[in-house]
Parts: sequence; structure tokens; C-alpha cells
Amino acid sequence: MSTTTTGLRRAADVSKGDQLPPLTLKVTRRDLIRYSGISSDCNFIHYSDKRAKEAGLPGVIAHGLLTMGMVAKIVTDWVGDPAAVVDYQARFGRPVVVPDDEAGTTIDVTAKVGLVNDDGTARVDVYAKCEGQLIFGRCYAIVRLA
Amino acid sequence: MSFVGRSYRLPWIYEVGRQNIIEFAYAVSDLNPVYRDPEAAKAIGHPDSVASPTFLSVLATRSHHVVTDDPDLGLDYSRMVHGAQRFVLHRPVRPGDRLTTSAHVDDITSRAGNDYIVLRSEFATEEGEKVGTVVATLIVRGDGIGLGEGKDA
Repeated sequence: MSTTTTGLRRAADVSKGDQLPPLTLKVTRRDLIRYSGISSDCNFIHYSDKRAKEAGLPGVIAHGLLTMGMVAKIVTDWVGDPAAVVDYQARFGRPVVVPDDEAGTTIDVTAKVGLVNDDGTARVDVYAKCEGQLIFGRCYAIVRLA
Repeated sequence: MSFVGRSYRLPWIYEVGRQNIIEFAYAVSDLNPVYRDPEAAKAIGHPDSVASPTFLSVLATRSHHVVTDDPDLGLDYSRMVHGAQRFVLHRPVRPGDRLTTSAHVDDITSRAGNDYIVLRSEFATEEGEKVGTVVATLIVRGDGIGLGEGKDA
């Protein structure tokens, strides 16, 4: 396999325990509205405080798939080629409440290499926190290395 | 009656537009040029630009609606939350892909008064090339009404 033109991170440069550069994400109501439109997930809990509260939530929350999609950037930036992500999964733990203001909320993302496999892939374990608490019960990506 | 094993063939083809891929990348705030610039993608060995790892969410959400709207299943959408999601990518999604969808109810369990439904969506080209598998766990918060007992049970 040629590695001359690929942007993939090389297996030789990856070890278990390696930390990825951290990522800070800002999430605002604007992001939620844009994602509702793109994804066709227009559940009212993503835009109406009143109805979110009626559903037992503290307020409008981000789509799990929006936060999962945003958080993936920590892996895609590090591995070099977004298409090198061959498996990506998350359990949605805590809802991310997004206030109705310019600041929105912030998600702090860290990640480390949890496992380097014999087949040229690695597992990257991802930790995303909002207000100091993990938002995913478990989140990891399997990436193909060069 | 058990709904585990039930499958749905969705009656549409999703044609992936170049702009769909770009707009999705912006929506998840990932500005990597390989999503919008075919030359940037070619420089790292792809024939054309590629979609974000979670792009198939767009198709999967539509797939979930088909299942959750099935009156036989009797799900209360207002009580449903998303428990987990997995994307298995057999190859990158690219502009011009014409994708078929099939949805499969892989498992239904009840725990602590909540119902957990595992829905698998398979995306492939019309020629049958597998592109992606998306597995979602949907949770219906409990009210004592079992799945498949109907909305008015």
C-alpha cells in the first residue's frame, strides 16, 4: 500500500496511551437549528424551552448526533484523513443543555489511543465534558493507520 | 408478538449531493477541506471529496422515523430518547452516491421500566456495494406499556 500521498497518520508513530491535541467546542442555539434542518431531526426539545421542560428536561438540549458529530473532529484532525475513521460509537449519557444566548455552552474534548491493533487500526478513546461532566458514557473511534 | 427481526426496505434512494456533504461538515463545525475540495481529497488518495464520519446520521434519522412511525410497533415518539449510536463505515460516502436503506429491528429489551430498541440501518449502493451500517439504541421511557401493544393500550 502506498503511503506517499496519503494524509493518514502512520502506525509507526502511534502508541497506546498517546494523547491527542485537545479540542474545545462552542455549541449555541444556532448550531442546534442548523443541525435540525440538515438532519431532519426537528424534535421540539432541540428548539423550545417550554416543550423541553414539559418533557422533563432542564431546557433545550443538543442532538446527541450533533455533539457526536462535532466531537469527531478531535479524531479526524489527528488521523489526517476523516475517511480513516471506520467505526465510531458513543453512548449518550448526559444531555447537553444549550442556553438561549450568544455564549451557548462549551464542550471540552480529550482523547487518547486506547489500543493499537495488529490489523493496522487503532482505537481512540474520546472523553467529552460539558460543565465538568462526561456527556458520553463511552465513546471511541477505530481508525485505519498508514 | 415479537418485533425483533422485523425489516423495512425504505422506498427511496438518497442521492448524496456535493452540497449535502459540505453543509453537513459545516453543521458539525468541521472545516477540513476534504469535505468540500475534491483536489484536497485527491491529494490524500481519494477519487473525490468525502463525507464526515457521521454524515449517515442524516439518512439514519429518516430510517428511524420509518420504524418509529410503524403503527404496529406502537411507539410513543414523545417519550423516546437516543441512547447510543454506532457508525461502521465500509467505505467513504462520496458525492453522487445513490444509497438504498434497509432498517432492521435487531433487539428489544425492557430494563427498569424502559424499553430499549436496537435499530440497524444498512446503506448500500443500488449495485449492492455496502457503504455503511448505523446502529442506534432508542430508549422509550417507561410507563408500563409494553412494545407492540398498540398506542391505545
